[in-house]
Amino acid sequence: MIKIYVPRDSAARSVGADEVAAALSTRAADLGIEIVRNGSRGLLWLEPVVEVETAQGRIAYAPVSESDVASLIAADFHKGGAHPLRLGNIEEHPYLKNQERLTFARCGITDPVSVADYVKHGGFEGLKTALGLSGAAIVAEVTESGLRGRGGAGFPTGIKWKTVHDAAADQKYVCCNADEGDSGTFADRMVMEGDPLMLIEGMTIAAIAVGANKGYVYIRSEYPDAIATMRQAIVAATEANWLGNNIQGTDKSFDLEIRRGAAAYICGEETAMLESLEGKRGTVRPKPPIPALEGLFGKPTVINNVLSFAAVPFILAKGGAAYKNYGMGRSRGTLPFQLAGNIRQGGLVEKAFGVTLRQLVMDFGGGTFTGRPVRAIQVGGPLGSYLPADQMDIEMDYETFAAAQAMVGHGGLVVFDDSVDMARQARFAMEFCAIESCGKCTPCRIGSTRGVEVIDKIIAGEQREANLELLSDLCQTMTDGSLCAMGGLTPMPVLSAIKHFPEDFDKPQRLAAE
Amino acid sequence: MSGKHTLIDKSPREATAAREIALRYGNRPDALLEILHDIQHDMGYIPEAALPALAKALNRSRAEIHGVVTFYEDFHHDPVGRHVIHICRAEACQAMKANELIAMVERFLKVKLGQTTADGAITIEEVFCLGNCALAPAVMVNDKLVGRVDAAKMETIIAECRK
Repeated sequence: MIKIYVPRDSAARSVGADEVAAALSTRAADLGIEIVRNGSRGLLWLEPVVEVETAQGRIAYAPVSESDVASLIAADFHKGGAHPLRLGNIEEHPYLKNQERLTFARCGITDPVSVADYVKHGGFEGLKTALGLSGAAIVAEVTESGLRGRGGAGFPTGIKWKTVHDAAADQKYVCCNADEGDSGTFADRMVMEGDPLMLIEGMTIAAIAVGANKGYVYIRSEYPDAIATMRQAIVAATEANWLGNNIQGTDKSFDLEIRRGAAAYICGEETAMLESLEGKRGTVRPKPPIPALEGLFGKPTVINNVLSFAAVPFILAKGGAAYKNYGMGRSRGTLPFQLAGNIRQGGLVEKAFGVTLRQLVMDFGGGTFTGRPVRAIQVGGPLGSYLPADQMDIEMDYETFAAAQAMVGHGGLVVFDDSVDMARQARFAMEFCAIESCGKCTPCRIGSTRGVEVIDKIIAGEQREANLELLSDLCQTMTDGSLCAMGGLTPMPVLSAIKHFPEDFDKPQRLAAE
Repeated sequence: MSGKHTLIDKSPREATAAREIALRYGNRPDALLEILHDIQHDMGYIPEAALPALAKALNRSRAEIHGVVTFYEDFHHDPVGRHVIHICRAEACQAMKANELIAMVERFLKVKLGQTTADGAITIEEVFCLGNCALAPAVMVNDKLVGRVDAAKMETIIAECRK
């Protein structure tokens, strides 16, 4: 049987992967092929990518549509035959070859829910190591790696785990924040759909490290495929005794449950997520107490993003020092960047910190999809700053970005061409905050609504100078007075748009002058 | 025999169904979102009659249940169309002209975001990010994600929904 890979990743499915797989399967018997639904390699602009296992490696054909299937079969694609869509060995593709894939090393290669496939490709090596270590030793290894929270805040993971480890309690929890609501991000989704066992492994290691036996994965409802794949993976891992009671014959047990979100962006904020997991409105809790001491149901709780947990198996398998070798300054390891928006070659690019925005957007991304000049890039989600094209030489590093009044966040880059109106984008940032605010604190709930109104006046050219000053004052209040990052960081996109693109906030005046 | 205690369940069908779903989750109050998702999956929306039933089953106040149902965008308070099309209007899709796509759909279907077409076939909703930001603009038709949506694709989707 020749193995043919057609991704089950929802991005690939969104452009016809299911139809291609169905068309191929009608000919499976007579061609002697077996269709494997793998994760995506992350070359999303080429999806659906069909790969054939050959003696020369995995030969890719892309992008394949249902109507190409007949000509592919006629060209003996299942033997690696020549065809206009043939890309050659996928692993030699520069987009993949120039990456440093630690977390995404397996994604797109394996059958996501096959434990055997996972183990064959290095899976559960980290957990095996962890099962032989004390909790404190696991925490020390993670601390040594320099791993910082990949959800956006960049808090050192080892310190968080140590706090939970050191807390005395009858019950502790491990919660994965998979409420990936930032526009321009999809790495969490790709892990859950393409290599879900890695997330399960990372969470299990965390549970062993801190002494928890119960965990939850909070997945946004906008990701039905990720929810379904994670559920399958939990069943598979439990059947193979990598999850559940007495894992691999040890005295360690860990039970994992999936919980669906319900379309509230704020539930990506950790305390709002806890409220939601408790079956309540997703409103933010004041801190302190920190969730590491009083988290889910008031018990010490590890909360990490999907990518943070997903980085852990590598760290335990290869050692914290191996992970720390990548990166720059205090940003250690790699970050799976997500190239999105108006971009020619959108997809997932995992690189060590220190790669520049230009390398990502121009070299990997190939510039805009429309072919027009890049004008602005929003980095780090809807609460991240807009950077102008002339600042693309900035290095991706938490501290460098903070110094530039921007943030790396979850590594999402949204590219805009020169047709973008930055005043509209600034207005949208406030509008989004008004829609998604949980309503608990006034600066966020009311400030965002007033922000939309003030920006509307500026756009209309009404007392421009006075209203710009008012907006700046309002942003200061939101930054200083909000309970969480929702209201606290909404000023970032607003102020960066004004700072870097002032001409867009001055249109009526300029029109009048002309 | 007094009419108060009877084996005959006189509560509305929706309340009975809600109770049954809550019981599947062991009446755990923390499972409320899961319970609501299942109710909506079965009935298409969260009927008013389900709220007091859930309050009793989960030992929460009716106000708390109401608060949760109204907090989350996912939960519909009224029946929706046979198909729900979520159109993303977050930044990555905006960069690929999602707002223009939405305006086009609204004109074509003669409804605004959040409304249902007169024939009851389609409800259109806004959504902030479907995680398909490299293949923007994106929409979700019921549970099926669609990427690189242009006018032609949208027309096909709408025609399929109206079949």
